Amino acid sequence: MNRLFKTLLGFLLVITFTTTSYSRDQIKIVGSSTVYPYATVVAEKFGKSGKFKTPVIESTGTGGGMKLFCAGVGANHPDITNASRAIKSKEKALCEKNGVSEIIEIVVGNDGISFAHSVNAPDADFTKEQLWRALAAKVDIDGKLVENPYKKWSDIDSSLPSKKIEILIAPPTSGTRDAWNSLVMGKGCTSTAKSIYEADGKKAKKECAKMREDGYAVEAGENDTLIVQKLASNPDAFGFFGYSYLVANKDKIKASSVNGVQPSLEGIQDYSYPIARPLFFYVKKAHIGVIPGIEEYLKEFTSKKSMGMRGYLAEIGLVPLASDKYKVTRTAALDLNIIKLN
Amino acid sequence: MTKEERLKKRHKAEKRFRFYGVVSILVALLFVLILVQNIFSKGSSAFKKTVINVEIFFDQELLEIKNGASENEIIEADFYDVAIESLIKAYPTKNLKEENQLLKLFSGDAEFEIKQAFLDNNNLIGKKINLNITASDDIDQLHKGNYPRDLPEDRRRISDFQLVIYDFLVENDKIGKNFNNYFFKNGDSRDPELAGIGGALVGSFYSILICLLLAFPVAVLASIYLEEFAPKNKITDFIEININNLAAVPSIVYGLLALQILLATIQLPRSTPLVAGITLALMTLPRIIIPCRASLKAVPPSIREGALAVGASKFQSVFHHVVPLALPGTLSGTIIGLAQALGETAPLILIGMVAFVVDIPSSPVDPSSSLPVQVYLWSESAERGFVEKTSATIMMLLSFLIVMNFLAVYLRQKFEKRWN
Repeated sequence: MNRLFKTLLGFLLVITFTTTSYSRDQIKIVGSSTVYPYATVVAEKFGKSGKFKTPVIESTGTGGGMKLFCAGVGANHPDITNASRAIKSKEKALCEKNGVSEIIEIVVGNDGISFAHSVNAPDADFTKEQLWRALAAKVDIDGKLVENPYKKWSDIDSSLPSKKIEILIAPPTSGTRDAWNSLVMGKGCTSTAKSIYEADGKKAKKECAKMREDGYAVEAGENDTLIVQKLASNPDAFGFFGYSYLVANKDKIKASSVNGVQPSLEGIQDYSYPIARPLFFYVKKAHIGVIPGIEEYLKEFTSKKSMGMRGYLAEIGLVPLASDKYKVTRTAALDLNIIKLN
Repeated sequence: MTKEERLKKRHKAEKRFRFYGVVSILVALLFVLILVQNIFSKGSSAFKKTVINVEIFFDQELLEIKNGASENEIIEADFYDVAIESLIKAYPTKNLKEENQLLKLFSGDAEFEIKQAFLDNNNLIGKKINLNITASDDIDQLHKGNYPRDLPEDRRRISDFQLVIYDFLVENDKIGKNFNNYFFKNGDSRDPELAGIGGALVGSFYSILICLLLAFPVAVLASIYLEEFAPKNKITDFIEININNLAAVPSIVYGLLALQILLATIQLPRSTPLVAGITLALMTLPRIIIPCRASLKAVPPSIREGALAVGASKFQSVFHHVVPLALPGTLSGTIIGLAQALGETAPLILIGMVAFVVDIPSSPVDPSSSLPVQVYLWSESAERGFVEKTSATIMMLLSFLIVMNFLAVYLRQKFEKRWN
């Protein structure tokens, strides 16, 4: 028994010792699940090529990542957070409050959200308003807001197929859903509906983004691969996710056009494809020089070899920045330019 | 109703009940069978990897080292040119575009595999040898028959030209399958052909070790005290109720607790097996205490009384007589508790174990993933090759669980004394 106590005591001592002397020699990254596939590829190349350890990347979602990132400065807080949207003013305030006052913003590239279905289904084309009408909790009919009555696509517009509406949607925590809300639900929302919401003293943007909960829009979880599988087995269902999933699963799913435009590399880059968005990551300047390798990671990520037109990120579905925007990002990464917090 | 009719009815009821029992067992077995069959059919191919046999020429002009170079010199040397020049000779190409397509058939690690061959034999300069180079994920999946090739070209990840090369390689017997050592050796990777569960295995091992070191002594001591020494009063009753309740608390709650206390307050490093082990220990404690107490209870009072009768103290009677007899049950309870901890994912998500970790952890305070977390991560990846990797990891996890459960049963049956 004595020995048992001794081992236990020794073990606890080891724990306290290792943790008090704990300092990190490995970059820690948190954030968006959309940026995750790109960041992990860069991290792996970075770890293989250089004298630094491979960064550890956690996929927490954009909002969760911001919360961790803005929690403070020091080895216990992440150095970088990935984001599938720009940092919000609320999050900036949180950062400021916790002493994270210097942040570098890097635009990684663009992502197009594809609205896709099985390759076995006939081609389809939707406008943003039609997509909004199919998904919104409340729509305007004859100048009045009513609970979404549409059961078939043809109920919305007679030119659409007479099939049941069935859409797999991403959960509210995902950046894809955020982007979908602002790019489709916000833009597709009719002016009639917006003015009714505003007349009631509600925020139109928030109300327009509310999705129906009567079974026609099904929440399918963060797992985009699972959505792809479900779409492949059910030709009537639609789903939306990042462009890289479309590229990787060309044999199973295809994109429907939005406003007559198919998602493509060029279309997403110049935003002529209507559901395109930039992707970001944010770096804590205070950690540069403390945690080894952050500067070099920034250089690797923003190099032409990775982010450029022929870079390895383009190969897995990231849409590279146009050259003028690329220059801005590259300069920010090399000169460590910080953004304003207020 | 006559007596006979009633008897008949009762017999019928019994027959019906037996029939229901058999049916439900069959249904359960069927589901297990479907699950296992599904996992095995998808996962078994992951233990093999596709390799392409290529003649590698160690051209002195492309290398900056000489025969007999030291290990350090070789590691520093760049084998990129040797790799490219040798690999593009695998099939005659006409232009740069075709060359690029040809190179895509090989894994990104081809260069390092060639370097490894030179490390094994540093006299190869100016010589040609045949090496098995790992194929890229797409070719791997195609060769294993997991990727359809009868689709139109624009819907395939493999181009027509690459298919021509592939068929050429197959005809000339240059392509084959080897044991996939990467799957056990490597950490996570974004290239499915290079991804392995090495890091996850080590991470799981450390977590379970810490869990065992913390939970086992505490649980055993707690149960001995509660069962043998503690007075029976309202306080101990209250503790007992709470232990039973804690055993039923969903595991994610322990994750939240760890997030608040271990990460936020004590500031232990995120994503490490240390934190995972402590969290799992908290979760496993009540689940070990309950079977421990049960096995102590099962030791008949005559043993204790016998010891006391020949003059042993209470302490002696417990530790010399009761505990050794209860040990088999205690151990099997512990093993089953650990097996549960091994398969746990939910609390690990909250303490940041769901992370992309390439380097294999060398201590419990290095960031790491664990087996169930690796399953979760790969199931989310877009690349086709991860489907079989996911299933293969599940197979590994299941086999560990089965081994642990068998061990528990074995220990109990082999050493347990029956009192009747």
